[in-house]
Amino acid sequence: MLELRGVAYRYPGYARSVLQDLDIAIDRHEIVGLVGPNEAGKSTLCLVAAGLAPASIGGTLTGSVLMDGKPIAGLPVHELAAWVGLVFQDPNTQRSGVTGTVFEEVALGSVNLGRPVAETVARTRSSLATLRIEHLADRDPMRLSGGQAQLVAIASILAMEPRLFILDEPTAQLDPEGTRLVGQALRRLAATGTALLIAEHKTDLLDGLCTRIIALDGGRVVLDGPADTALESDGLTGIGIQPPARVRLARAIKASGLRVPDELEQVAAGDRSA
Amino acid sequence: MIDLRELAFVYPDGTRAIDGVDLSIGRGEVVAIIGQNGSGKSTLVKHLNGLLRPTEGAVLLEGEPTLGRRVANLAARVGLVFQDPDRQIFAGRVRAEVSFGPRNLGLRGPELDAAVDEALLAVGLADAAGANPYDLGYSRRKLLALASVLAMGTPVIVLDEPTTGQDSAGITRIQGIVASLASAGRTVIAISHDMRFVAETFRRVVVMRAGRVVLDGSPAEVFGEDSWPALASTYLEPPLAARVGARLGLGSTPTEASLVEALVAARG
Repeated sequence: MLELRGVAYRYPGYARSVLQDLDIAIDRHEIVGLVGPNEAGKSTLCLVAAGLAPASIGGTLTGSVLMDGKPIAGLPVHELAAWVGLVFQDPNTQRSGVTGTVFEEVALGSVNLGRPVAETVARTRSSLATLRIEHLADRDPMRLSGGQAQLVAIASILAMEPRLFILDEPTAQLDPEGTRLVGQALRRLAATGTALLIAEHKTDLLDGLCTRIIALDGGRVVLDGPADTALESDGLTGIGIQPPARVRLARAIKASGLRVPDELEQVAAGDRSA
Repeated sequence: MIDLRELAFVYPDGTRAIDGVDLSIGRGEVVAIIGQNGSGKSTLVKHLNGLLRPTEGAVLLEGEPTLGRRVANLAARVGLVFQDPDRQIFAGRVRAEVSFGPRNLGLRGPELDAAVDEALLAVGLADAAGANPYDLGYSRRKLLALASVLAMGTPVIVLDEPTTGQDSAGITRIQGIVASLASAGRTVIAISHDMRFVAETFRRVVVMRAGRVVLDGSPAEVFGEDSWPALASTYLEPPLAARVGARLGLGSTPTEASLVEALVAARG
């Protein structure tokens, strides 16, 4: 579905590339977790995969980004938007600034794609319901708490039903319950065939949600594999990624010469399927 | 040092965000405030430096009500690091950004330089002093916002969601900063959704629900089994270490270290 071939990207005015030698392919139904230390290039990869860099923000891209085998370079924004949706790290960057209510804000993307009104209304309602923010529908999008703004940003892209859904730290400002709801929504979305790429520091969220993990360090892919083994690998810890709590705890227990009790896996298994 | 007395706050749209909070925080205390989105945590801390004024009740700093004091005056005593660094950052260079606060407090020359250098070093941005803040990634802009407040040397520091967007090294760095502030006798109050960070970094945890305080105690108390119903009522879950410890009948083990210790002790 999405394919990056030999991609390198440099921001405008910069001498150095932020991303280098990237070869990544993501298929339908895949839920890919993107991890890496601060400044590894995760947000930049989200912008490149969504077609916003260089098209909207400038800079220089070498190599090619393909969707369904076709290069996205030069595609008009509205064609791209029907195909791929990006939830920004900072909801304030994403907010349109032209709507008066949360309902209108969430509907805006679907309206701009030229979808029939009844369909847009139905999709907007279901996106709000999925994240349990129906009560915010009439609120001013400028006057929301950080967590509420983040849920509205996710709902706005959900309502567009993109085939590739990219999220840059979607739960950074969410409480544990909001994080769980977003996880559930993403899992349901993947079941419908949507491909997901999620940049996230919370490996506890990625554990049990993702099918695959890609780790970036210094703009390059340093690890790409099935989620369960990747999240337990020492390679991830080596580049400064906190493994999920169950992995850390098991390591700490083993390090003091004890057997890891079965109860650890039992309690953790409940979290992963929640 | 900080006393909230029957504090209530109602936003202009009628939302009663704080609904009767009594809370005392002493000098040198290291306190985490946890709770759902919208439970009133950010609204509460904005009262500490006068950004918001009580609708009812009072906020006292060292016994004096903040009501008649200006934000500029309170800023010398309570430093607030916002959740969103971009609401705070405005200067064209990292060094200028960090200098702004202490300069406004009257620091000049070598004294100012020392305060700025120390803050940049603490957050790991010493090598980025000449950079434009907007050339830094989100996680480093958050650390920059923290440095700007650290440089002011306020007796009270309030951190709103300090660990969001930070990798493992960033979180460890913030834990170190909290510990060194505490050992210097400064008061640290932090809002966080990261239960593990809370359990491992703070000696006192205050849980808010719908504008009220529902739990207030040590991590062992707040994450211990007796508190689980209250935590669940506000959709919070103790860290994994606490839940595994309880399942094994080891008592309250809010941190990984305390769970390992209890396992070792249980084996005899």
